[in-house]
Amino acid sequence: MPSLKDLRNRIASVKATQKITKAMQMVAAAKLRRAQEAAEAARPYAERMGAVLANLAVAFEGRDDAPKLMSGTGNDQVHLLLVATAERGLCGGFNTNIAKLAREKARSLIKQGKTVKIICVGKKGYDALKRELGQQIIETVDLRSVKNVGFNNADEIGRKVISMFENGEFDVCTLYYSTFKSVIAQEPTELQLIPAQFETTEADAGAGANSVYEYEPEETEILADLLPRNISVQVFRALLENAASEQGARMSAMDNATRNAGEMIDKLTINYNRQRQAQITTELIEIISGAEAL
Amino acid sequence: MAELFQFELVSPERQLLSDQVTEVVVPGAEGEFGVLKDHAPFISTILPGILKVRRDANSWDEYFVRGGFADVAGGGLTVLAEQAVPVGEISREQLDQAIQDAEEDVADAKDDETKQKAEMTLAQLKDVVEALKKV
Repeated sequence: MPSLKDLRNRIASVKATQKITKAMQMVAAAKLRRAQEAAEAARPYAERMGAVLANLAVAFEGRDDAPKLMSGTGNDQVHLLLVATAERGLCGGFNTNIAKLAREKARSLIKQGKTVKIICVGKKGYDALKRELGQQIIETVDLRSVKNVGFNNADEIGRKVISMFENGEFDVCTLYYSTFKSVIAQEPTELQLIPAQFETTEADAGAGANSVYEYEPEETEILADLLPRNISVQVFRALLENAASEQGARMSAMDNATRNAGEMIDKLTINYNRQRQAQITTELIEIISGAEAL
Repeated sequence: MAELFQFELVSPERQLLSDQVTEVVVPGAEGEFGVLKDHAPFISTILPGILKVRRDANSWDEYFVRGGFADVAGGGLTVLAEQAVPVGEISREQLDQAIQDAEEDVADAKDDETKQKAEMTLAQLKDVVEALKKV
């Protein structure tokens, strides 16, 4: 049985923890709003890009001179997994979920006898993957010093991936990140970057067929120009979605932690009061029985 | 009075402009081109330069754009630029950074064709910087 003093100390320490988690939750809420705005502001660009590329892709379907970034190398022996996670922990299952998805994919690829290479964006993904897949990790990108992700951060990663692809270091590139659904729901997502895949919705396909575009310069050149850009844009979007998801996940995780701390304080306080009462009763009995003995 | 059409200027970070305008002049890869209402469907990549937007008869809004493409479709124009800044807000450092990047591209170019392209971009950038200095 812990003494009264012990209980008092524990209550004080849980209270301190609760204050911290509460503060973290509020900070995350403020950051979330900004991250969410950034993610939403980036959406029109990525969507337009996708639509134009989908249009162009239709024109190139089945042609031999389609750029490699779109048609692939014709091989799928070497896979590059680009795992984007957060730089900081204490955000619930956010990092674990992304790492888990990537790990499962890596396992199944290795089982099929393929070569897997991994680039980790964000320290937490590296921490989660290094034990099992340490040898496959060829690089980690550190964004800890970056406060708000800018397009140039994504562009750097995109360029790196493209130069690796041009050097024939891999055949297929897949990006892992977490899509921001809502504050309480973030969904780990995998997205194949190379060879590029486009979602051609029926509306897009219809528009593409109806309007005959003029291209300046040639279609091939435009496509060659846009495809590398598209990769940077997709990475950028993933990073922004991640940033919003991370704050959302942290907010709900910290909300939970605060609530749990509150419950714990209540329990400890009841315990404390009970013991205090017991002690007072004992003291009274001692005094009374002492007085009676006289 | 010229007729209005929908114009959107979008960078990866945000949507800069979405408005009804009368005329837009875009620094295209094969020369500047103007877009008026009911332009034929058209896609062009853009070079670094000044994009001009006319909302009414005698005033132009100017934006510095770099890297991206213009898409004319369905009676509207969308310019997707990797970087887009109103000319009034652009800073010396941003331009210097852009020039430095372009110089690195020239140095990194592996074959003649990419090199030529990179050099063209660099020359164009320098022109723009010169023009901006005079303002």
